[in-house]
Amino acid sequence: MSETVARPAGDEVILRMESITKIFPGVKALENVDLTVRTGSIHAICGENGAGKSTLIKVLCGIYAHGTYDGKIFLDETERMFSSTHEAEKAGIVSIHQELALVPEMSVAENIFLGNQPNRAGLINFDQMIRQADDLLKKVGINSLNSANNVNPNTKVINLGVGKQQLVEIAKALAKNARVLILDEPTSALTENEVDVLMDILDNLRKKNITCIYISHKLDEVIRIADDVTILRDGQTIDTKHISEITKSDIVRMMVGRELTNLFPREKHNPGEVAFEVKNYTVNNPWVAGKKLVNNISFNVRYGEIIGISGLMGSGRTELFSSIYGAFEARSEGEVYLEGKKLNIKSPTDAIKNGIYYLTEDRKKYGLVLGMSILENSTLSSLNKVSKYGLLNTNIERTLTQKFIDFLRTKTPSQLVKVSNLSGGNQQKVAIGKALMTQPKVLILDEPTRGIDVGAKYEIYKIMNQLVEQGVIVIMISSDLEEVLGMSDRILVFGIGELRGSVDISEADQEVIMNIATGVKSV
Amino acid sequence: MSEIAVKPNKAKRASFSFRQYAMIVALIILFILFTVMTKGSFIQTRNLSNLARQMAITGVLATGMAMVIVSGNIDLSVGTLLGFIGGIGAAGMVWWGWDMYTTIAVQLLLGLTVGLIQGSIIAYLRMPAFITTLGAQLIFRGATLGVIRGTTVAPLPKGYVYLGQAYVSMTLGWIFAVVAIGLLFYFMVNKRKSNMKYKFEVKSLSVDILKASFYSLLIIGFVWIMNNYKGIPLPVIIMLALSIIFTFVAEKITFGRSVYAIGGNREAAKYAGINVNRITIIVFMLSGLMSGVAGIIMSARLNAGAPQAGLNMETDAIAAAVIGGISMTGGIGRVSGALIGAVVMATLDNGMSMMNIQAFWQFIVKGAVLIIAVWFDISSKNKQK
Repeated sequence: MSETVARPAGDEVILRMESITKIFPGVKALENVDLTVRTGSIHAICGENGAGKSTLIKVLCGIYAHGTYDGKIFLDETERMFSSTHEAEKAGIVSIHQELALVPEMSVAENIFLGNQPNRAGLINFDQMIRQADDLLKKVGINSLNSANNVNPNTKVINLGVGKQQLVEIAKALAKNARVLILDEPTSALTENEVDVLMDILDNLRKKNITCIYISHKLDEVIRIADDVTILRDGQTIDTKHISEITKSDIVRMMVGRELTNLFPREKHNPGEVAFEVKNYTVNNPWVAGKKLVNNISFNVRYGEIIGISGLMGSGRTELFSSIYGAFEARSEGEVYLEGKKLNIKSPTDAIKNGIYYLTEDRKKYGLVLGMSILENSTLSSLNKVSKYGLLNTNIERTLTQKFIDFLRTKTPSQLVKVSNLSGGNQQKVAIGKALMTQPKVLILDEPTRGIDVGAKYEIYKIMNQLVEQGVIVIMISSDLEEVLGMSDRILVFGIGELRGSVDISEADQEVIMNIATGVKSV
Repeated sequence: MSEIAVKPNKAKRASFSFRQYAMIVALIILFILFTVMTKGSFIQTRNLSNLARQMAITGVLATGMAMVIVSGNIDLSVGTLLGFIGGIGAAGMVWWGWDMYTTIAVQLLLGLTVGLIQGSIIAYLRMPAFITTLGAQLIFRGATLGVIRGTTVAPLPKGYVYLGQAYVSMTLGWIFAVVAIGLLFYFMVNKRKSNMKYKFEVKSLSVDILKASFYSLLIIGFVWIMNNYKGIPLPVIIMLALSIIFTFVAEKITFGRSVYAIGGNREAAKYAGINVNRITIIVFMLSGLMSGVAGIIMSARLNAGAPQAGLNMETDAIAAAVIGGISMTGGIGRVSGALIGAVVMATLDNGMSMMNIQAFWQFIVKGAVLIIAVWFDISSKNKQK
């Protein structure tokens, strides 16, 4: 891991946002928010989901046009009124979003220069474009002489890993002559190594006097890379501090508004007998004939324990469990037993009937119907419970939905609010409520706290404890090692397509898990 | 986030109920415009009765189309399928000696079967609905020409023709009105009782009564106008009955909820345990069934099986649905909206014919209205963001 030392930037201010207020119908997202960013600094913005970070960024980079918010934006002490992202980009403010905006079927070079290709009278000069793309890639650490991760500018983006795609995004921003670069959760999909690479590059950009606004839930990264940090809570600025004046726990306290001493509410569980068994399970790769995503995996889970599933990206964990759930469309072999009974699951419908529920890692894509209300999402898996002869009983729907809103403490003014209007944490609670309404015996949670703030995470952990207490078998798949170590009673460690080992929590720490996952040590 | 004022009950359907009101306002403007342009003959009960009958076929197709579009699909085959089903019926009765009931049974079954096949192809073979139904459109056009050998098959039995041309007697019309109003109030009271039983907030009684009274007035007004001519046309009764059933299916039963979920997010619906394939197939079967009903009404009204019958009717049905606020992206819209859309399309047709506007202009105007409606849909969605 490379150490990055925060370099104190000067006092010169490049960007100032003054009393920004943004109101959505029914919700005040931002209230008199101030933000002052020094030239050439890395400025972190921290806050829980729903604190207003994304809204602030959207105001800054022109997605919310001037006039739809109150307040002023100054760039180089001149007031700017952006009516589109294009105008903001012309002024040098370029943002890279959580969801990458690359065109997968186009080459790296084409993506970097998408919309501003070097051309003469509209005719693209491809040689020049590739030359310049290569230069830009060097700036972001790919294709430099001593770099192991070389990328040909002609490669299609679809063939790159997430980490490299992120770097291509940065190169694309640099191609637009970015002076203020906004990174929104840039590391959420990156491996540790890729995070290190990104950190180095950000440090290099800082040396070139490019200012960077860095939004992240990962406070370790913030402490490591940022010069200044601004904390938002409930749409208001809480404070801006130089990084040397603040600690991680200070930030958490300011974000949450209270002390959070323990991040993981670990409880002692008493494991009972074996209840859920998977035997010799194999999942074929649907895209490459003859290849297997998961090869011959067997494991079992007892009542009253939380099983953590750990492993590297691409280890086939998600494919294994969505296949068990009947949702992954590829041929699979193997046996699944629940309470001694062999299950024959062909679709999620079968799985739910048999008491298994799998909550996906991608809420927006697979988890929720965003345009539907909380009520309609909550009952979607339990339509048979809220209807008679196919006839829906709205009153039962409302009663049941309310029960889970109360139980999960979902923050919402009404059940009839569209889930797209909720924050990530509350969306996840709606998804969990939907799962719990089916009264599952086995609940599989795939990355249950991804993109969720500290407070909501804590609540979700507590819910997991309650469920185990009630006799539900909880399986948690997570890339967050701290979380796996913090919550599980037993950890199954996956390598690529295979189960490498099972570790009891009493013997587990980060090193042990990583060693098993990477094959240094086997159990 | 800090909350200011949120009106819970309005949050969800508000966006398109606003559109429906906008549609009704547009409709009133159209009515006034045509009345003025035709020096009052547009608004005469004879013409309004005619207008209602003209819209019946589009209305029937649009209710089926509404479900298809809400599920995130499209059905381009309904027009030529309608022609084919009408043609088969005519040929059956005139050439092959089928009796009327067999014919109707065959026609409805044919619609369902075609829907089953199309739906299965789309669901199981993962074919795009656009291509599948576009192909089917051509197939049925050819099949129609083949079956009735490019001629007009006529005349059809009296009982059958009755389905397309008859009027319900005035007394029966009033009985319908009384029953409808009775049901309206019954459901209102029932809902209030149930809400109270589960201890939910109940809307103020006066608002509910006012609302029910408003709809009652609409029903009375409608029956009165129709009775002033010859009574309610039978096809209109059929259309109204079907659209009530479809509204019920879409909003009150689990199947309908699943259709909205699939249209809103197909993958999430699958992960939630909804049998996406089965629902998709049923949606297309319903659309096919509606083509069957429309085919019967059409051939009965023409008193013939004709090679041109149903041509371009899918455009009208899609336009009606979209004008009525059913979003092409799926998951949003109501059956009643499609019905209002059908009234708009029929009004345009009827009004422009009354004004003796040439046929080519009518196509151009209808096309422009469709595009404007979609633009309206998209721009109102952008505003929400």
